Amino acid sequence: MSMGEIVAEGHPIDTVFRTDRLPHIWCPGCGIGPAVHAYAQAILESGIPRDRHVCASGIGCTGRAPGYLDVDSYHTTHGRAIPFAMAMALVKPELEVTVFSGDGDLFAIGGNHFIHAARRNVDINVICINNFTYGMTGGQVGPTTPLGARATTAPYGNYEPPFNLPYLAAATGAVFVARWTALHVRQLKKAILRAMQKKGFTFIEVLAPCPVGFGNPNDIGDALEEVWLYRERCVVDHRAHLPDLEIDLRHKDAPFVMGNFVDIERKPFDPLAMMKDQEE
Amino acid sequence: MSAEERVLTGSHFMLGDHACAEGAMAAGCDFFAGYPITPSTEIAERLSNRLPAVGAIFVQMEDELASMAALVGASLAGARAMTATSGPGFSLMMENVGMAAMMEAPCVVVNVQRGAPSTGLPTLVGQSDMMQAKWGSHGDYEIVAYSPSSPQECFDHVIKAFNTADRWRIPVFVMADELIGHMTERVVIPPADQIPRVERKRPRHKPGDESFLPFLAEDEDLVPPIVHAGEGYRVNFDSLTHNEKGYPATFAEPHDRLVRRLVNKIRLHADQIAECEETFLDDAEVAVVAYGSTARSARQAVNEARQQGIRVGLLRLITVWPFPESKVRELSDQVKAFVVPELNLGQMSRETERFTSRPVIGVNHAGGVMMAPAPILDAIREAVR
Amino acid sequence: MAGVLIRQPLDRAIVKIPRGQIYIIPDRCKGCGFCIDFCPRDVLVETSDMNAKGYHYPVVAEGKEEECVACQFCSIVCPEFAIYSEEIGK
Repeated sequence: MSMGEIVAEGHPIDTVFRTDRLPHIWCPGCGIGPAVHAYAQAILESGIPRDRHVCASGIGCTGRAPGYLDVDSYHTTHGRAIPFAMAMALVKPELEVTVFSGDGDLFAIGGNHFIHAARRNVDINVICINNFTYGMTGGQVGPTTPLGARATTAPYGNYEPPFNLPYLAAATGAVFVARWTALHVRQLKKAILRAMQKKGFTFIEVLAPCPVGFGNPNDIGDALEEVWLYRERCVVDHRAHLPDLEIDLRHKDAPFVMGNFVDIERKPFDPLAMMKDQEE
Repeated sequence: MSAEERVLTGSHFMLGDHACAEGAMAAGCDFFAGYPITPSTEIAERLSNRLPAVGAIFVQMEDELASMAALVGASLAGARAMTATSGPGFSLMMENVGMAAMMEAPCVVVNVQRGAPSTGLPTLVGQSDMMQAKWGSHGDYEIVAYSPSSPQECFDHVIKAFNTADRWRIPVFVMADELIGHMTERVVIPPADQIPRVERKRPRHKPGDESFLPFLAEDEDLVPPIVHAGEGYRVNFDSLTHNEKGYPATFAEPHDRLVRRLVNKIRLHADQIAECEETFLDDAEVAVVAYGSTARSARQAVNEARQQGIRVGLLRLITVWPFPESKVRELSDQVKAFVVPELNLGQMSRETERFTSRPVIGVNHAGGVMMAPAPILDAIREAVR
Repeated sequence: MAGVLIRQPLDRAIVKIPRGQIYIIPDRCKGCGFCIDFCPRDVLVETSDMNAKGYHYPVVAEGKEEECVACQFCSIVCPEFAIYSEEIGK
């Protein structure tokens, strides 16, 4: 026999969080919450001891995420989480290093670091929350803002073609590339678990609503409406042709293609081992 | 790997840049992340060869922004981390020098200075990054900067830098210059067991102890004990202003408290940290304040002046920052004037002016050539008048 | 009619549909509505009550007390970690 709801003091996932810092600062419906939740679940289910998990971020709303997790967490400078994380992974290879950051932080200011870490196949996981905007600073245009979308620094509508992140990640050498959304939390958690098991540079893009920064200027009423957009337009195709993975908000029929697109093997970055290989 | 392989004990005829690299090896550097830039490239080249041989990590990063970010990451994972650069790279590194200061991550940055500003004079000597070493990143923070005047000091000062960085949990600079970096001279490297090593302060609390406040400095030195990634402390390191727990605390009171501690760590202990070398100052009427390659010419000028009967002495800066202000104040009671020769248009002279009401005569050149003793001697003569 | 009988799972006597108990932490809720809209059994509705911040948190709809199957979707999609379900009898 079940009853109506029972009021509880805490949530089972609280064990992975710094509960003295909750509730977090993110807006109602912000997609970072579900994404962090999926990451937290993955930490629990990974079989890797908590003390070996390390989370680094840059600046932005997503950058606040590691601070809420009860792990060794590093809130670094804008765009620089990847080289920071790379160094940690090299100095202590036993660490499970995850960079959890936003689209602007990772691909505008951080773009150069992304491509080089992917090229080298540094053994870190990169989770990019893509809400198409710079949320923390009020909703400016960014390198993933879809064409035509409005932003505070693109008041006439964005005319810059956005990055196709899975394509970019795959092209620069990532060994695992996936895209899910803040709604597809089960698939997201599975993808994060796969990324943690894999040696090498893994990349997961998570589409997420930013109701205040992105939804508001773009006639999306609230986060729920944006998530329904994902629900209606998302298509799962693990074998999708990567160049076709652009997100187009203008055309109502254009699908948002999700999936685990790339899962390959490449030698992970290990300077000493690679040097020895070269010598032989 | 044996300590002996790290430490090339013996007497060498060595390039200044290489001596910097050997200082790093002897100091136990575990991690180097850098980017090629004249005239420091030889440091990276040497370490790309030497570090892997002892199982340590060398990485050439994609730019200096990444290099400095990597240094902070490596440091917080427990490594002794270093980079080497020159002016243009130094400017790029300033962003994460701030992060190193804010997160209290010990690390060493060698700047082999060249003519500046901007791309400047890539292959020739300058000394115009001195103020930048102190004020380069935004905000209030304190660092320590050494100034080698010889390849031997390149070796010695890099070791000092690692120890000072670990002791005070700050980024430490070794402000060499192209003349010293590209000069070949005798470098004596002692046996491994004679290389001084200061370890980082570690917590008394065990991992999992809820009462541990990682950014609470309980000791008089204002340095909190450091914890590294993977040790089980689960600490938040934030580039945002933070409280003693490490949580972001973005409002006035904790911010002022944190920044004051970061600054006072060094300011209140400057006397312990500042180092200088005094020659002929006991009866001096004029004091020459010099550092780096210019100090060599200054020494020559001082010797010549003494031979001509002028009572002049040399205050050679070993740490440029902290600046030995108490020494300058002390000398002000005694000397008529100060002479500050430097290959810039007046940087350490400004600092000297702050602590004296005596005239401070600059001998300046924007760089590109070694400063000759002659203009320094002229200035000394003028000072005596 | 005959088609309906043939298309029932063969093991329907053995497999039991799970029953879940919903737990909420009202003061964490920010009223985003994800759990309510995406519950596969439409178990949740917004209450007319408010939490301390003024948000209308979810409650189990009248008559839906037996409907939760402990799929956990509300738990994992909630941005605030404000709701979860527990399988009864587990």
